[in-house]
Amino acid sequence: MELTQQTAAKIASAVRNGETTAEAVATAHFARIEKLDGTVKAFLNATKDAALARARDIDARRKKGEKLGALAGVPVALKDNIQLKGVETTCASKILKGHIAAYDATVVERLKNADAIFVGKTNLDEFAMGSSTENSAFQKTTNPWDAACVPGGSSGGSAAAAAAGMCSFSLGSDTGGSIRQPAAFCGVVGLKPTYGLVSRYGLVAFASSLDQIGPFTRTVSDAELALSVIGGHDPKDTTSAPNEPAPISAAPKDLKGLRIGLPKEYFIEGLDPEVEKSVRDAVAVLKSLGAEIKEVSLPHTKYAIATYYIIAPSEASSNLARFDGIRYGFMDRAATNLQEVYEMTRGAGFGSEVKRRIMLGTYALSSGYYDAYYSKAQRVRTLMANDFKEVFKQVDLIAAPTTPTPPFRFGEKTNDPIAMYLSDIFTIPSNMAGNASVSIPCGFSKKGMPIGLQLIADVFQEKKMLSTAKAYETLKPFALLKG
Amino acid sequence: MNQYELVIGLEVHCQLATKTKLFCGCGTDGIGQTPNSRVCPLCTAQPGVLPVLNKRAVELAFQAAMALDCKLNEQSIFARKNYFYPDLPKAYQISQYDQPFSEHGRLTIHVNGAAKTIGITRIHMEEDAGKLVHDLGDGSLVDLNRSGVPLIEIVSEPDMRSSDEAYAYLTALKEVIQFTGSSRCDMEKGEMRCDANVSVRRAGAKEFGTRTETKNLNSFKNVKDAIDAEFRRQVEIVESGGKITQETRLWDATTQTGRSMRSKEDAHDYRYFPDPDLVPLVADPQWLAKLKAALPELPAKKRARFIGELGLSSYDSEVLTGDKALADYFEKAVAAAPAGSAKTVSNLLTTEMLGRLNAEGKTVAQSPVAAAHLGGLAALIATGTLSSKGAKDVFAKMWETGRDPKALVEELGLSQVSDDKQVMEWVQQALAANPKAAADLKGGKDAAIGSIVGGVMKLSKGKANPALVNKLIKEAVKA
Repeated sequence: MELTQQTAAKIASAVRNGETTAEAVATAHFARIEKLDGTVKAFLNATKDAALARARDIDARRKKGEKLGALAGVPVALKDNIQLKGVETTCASKILKGHIAAYDATVVERLKNADAIFVGKTNLDEFAMGSSTENSAFQKTTNPWDAACVPGGSSGGSAAAAAAGMCSFSLGSDTGGSIRQPAAFCGVVGLKPTYGLVSRYGLVAFASSLDQIGPFTRTVSDAELALSVIGGHDPKDTTSAPNEPAPISAAPKDLKGLRIGLPKEYFIEGLDPEVEKSVRDAVAVLKSLGAEIKEVSLPHTKYAIATYYIIAPSEASSNLARFDGIRYGFMDRAATNLQEVYEMTRGAGFGSEVKRRIMLGTYALSSGYYDAYYSKAQRVRTLMANDFKEVFKQVDLIAAPTTPTPPFRFGEKTNDPIAMYLSDIFTIPSNMAGNASVSIPCGFSKKGMPIGLQLIADVFQEKKMLSTAKAYETLKPFALLKG
Repeated sequence: MNQYELVIGLEVHCQLATKTKLFCGCGTDGIGQTPNSRVCPLCTAQPGVLPVLNKRAVELAFQAAMALDCKLNEQSIFARKNYFYPDLPKAYQISQYDQPFSEHGRLTIHVNGAAKTIGITRIHMEEDAGKLVHDLGDGSLVDLNRSGVPLIEIVSEPDMRSSDEAYAYLTALKEVIQFTGSSRCDMEKGEMRCDANVSVRRAGAKEFGTRTETKNLNSFKNVKDAIDAEFRRQVEIVESGGKITQETRLWDATTQTGRSMRSKEDAHDYRYFPDPDLVPLVADPQWLAKLKAALPELPAKKRARFIGELGLSSYDSEVLTGDKALADYFEKAVAAAPAGSAKTVSNLLTTEMLGRLNAEGKTVAQSPVAAAHLGGLAALIATGTLSSKGAKDVFAKMWETGRDPKALVEELGLSQVSDDKQVMEWVQQALAANPKAAADLKGGKDAAIGSIVGGVMKLSKGKANPALVNKLIKEAVKA
């Protein structure tokens, strides 16, 4: 059994029934990391010793006859903005270099209780701000399918690690597409759960009203499995919903009676023809399974980027204010007074994209501008959410491209922030409305780069969305990266 | 000065009397304790933490607002007030801004016998900041024990017209808040803090003058002094043709002077916005009804009851309701005394105990005399076991020893003799020993009774029941 190609579900059952050991699983994945990560550079910190120690402990507990959890011995990678106690959590920023997490995120606590193993912390755009992982202060992660291309972002490290078999699954965070877009680019499943279904406690906040943790997996069932472990109400997060994630379901035989909408605003000029063809082919597959396909309209989609770039930076400007050099992380010791502590620490500690967004947000919240920007953006956000409510009266799901283009090359968009921002044009609306969304692989470009199909469901309709994805997967199994 | 009218509005912060902080489980008892001994990932603002609202704090805040006749908003919003300072770990304070939980309240004050109602603009909840320590070593140190402690801010309307009114407002406010149990309002511990907004205008003018805000007022006396000084300062400026600058000022109690801290131009732009980590606070009507029912009797109502039902004087009831602990003590003592002795208890409390407490700098809670024992002492007076003079002596012993008055009376042989036979025996002896007075009495000269009473008291070593002595002397003379 090639352990690094297996699903998380299979590994967990194999460890539970003694077909393999957690240690063997961990060892195989670290061999994979050692082989590939010199090129992919998905990990900021691979925690081999801790992972092996934990694996041996799990094996010992099994020998003693203890019942193991749902993710027994499953190797998981964490985006480096999720707190894992005792391990450095940098958010790929110089300002947090050397910062050791003082506590576990709720998702980490739940993964621990399910007997998962942590292989390491993955690279991201600094503080999850970006769409290519090029904004990391430390390294550039490459796309495992072609090292000349970006893995997408901001959860590029987690997407690449899952695609390359360096973990069974990984966790990322999605504020405007940061799970779905890199999932599409790396050819894996990327699930953004409904806002409130997964606790944000321990996720370093970028934009609190949009952030949501979710998994990168190589199968839809594994996404369900991961969600079943990390999801559900958390008293430590008062914005978390009372809803529990649905249990893992079997793939439906057909999709008869299911209505799927194609929003006309998502099939627009500027959409790459190869992406459009793959997505339309995937929709044809869903139709062949009996789904009814119809065009729908989300008229406020055109305001998505503008609205997002007011709300997200506004919240970020406040969320990132705590990185002031006073209590933890980087502090510029050359500062001679308090004002200098702030200016020099934050000046040297943050990268340019983070600074750009802090300034944008500070401006948008300023007295005299608040009504024109932040307050108005919130009203537009409500209109966007209403668009979805209307459409979900007509259809059960929305199908759309995840990204307007296939994976782009390094440096292609770094000098043009707006071009970079546009790569999230189809993913941002779901964050604005809080909907459930998933990106699944739906083919490749001529150059052999993965393309993603996005399914969007109403809030807390993960079950409907993921069972549809499974029906597709059954007919068109997702390609695994070889080598 | 008389041509000018003083206009005052007060902003008062009270620490809610919870065991734990507003958004985490850390204790609120860290003031004066080892620095940073009451902290956790949340109140030190570690990356990724989220606030969880303390239910008890919300209950106490709402009860304070109910006691101040505020309108309670069905929904209120927590907002972030953004600014950088080392004592503020998140670089924002969670407060309430344009949607506070309560508004439009009022409080009645009494100055020189006249009642006046002061409007309350709003009350909102917020968290406290930490504390900087500057005097240890080279740099400054940060103590976050106080970071996240729950507060309410009570903002008054600019309804006060003299520093006496401000003083009376603070006194009444403290009294009401303490009665609700929402806050202990101990100013020395920083549990109650006050900022004063002061302006002046020509008497009869409709428009308000430009106001200044004076901070750092940590006693009612400081508030009064600072307002008076600020009034004089502003009148002087206006008189000499100058203009008042809108600014924040600091009061220095040692030099009795204020100084400018920052002008309006330097004021922060706090960039308030709704905190996306906290859902709107919704006040359920049933929950509100429960809180209202649990609200203790407030001072004004209590005073009326003390006068109407217990027969106390207006002055005494004022004194006894000035402090919740004192009122509670009084009621406990009354409960332990026989019916109809409330006035006796009140007298013992105000004449015997309060003076001693003041002299020794003790609070009611620290009194060596238990409330039940004070009620017991009143019972001994009611049954005639003790004269009021004897009661004074017994109280002194109770203060010294903290013991039950009944036991003390027996042990010290202080109990009054009310036995008819014994007292009549002393009366006969006294009459025999003073035949002239006896004759005068029989002859209708009532004033002569004094020397006979004196004789009985001498014979009984002061223990004869005076009322009985009088009665029996009259009987003996008639016979």
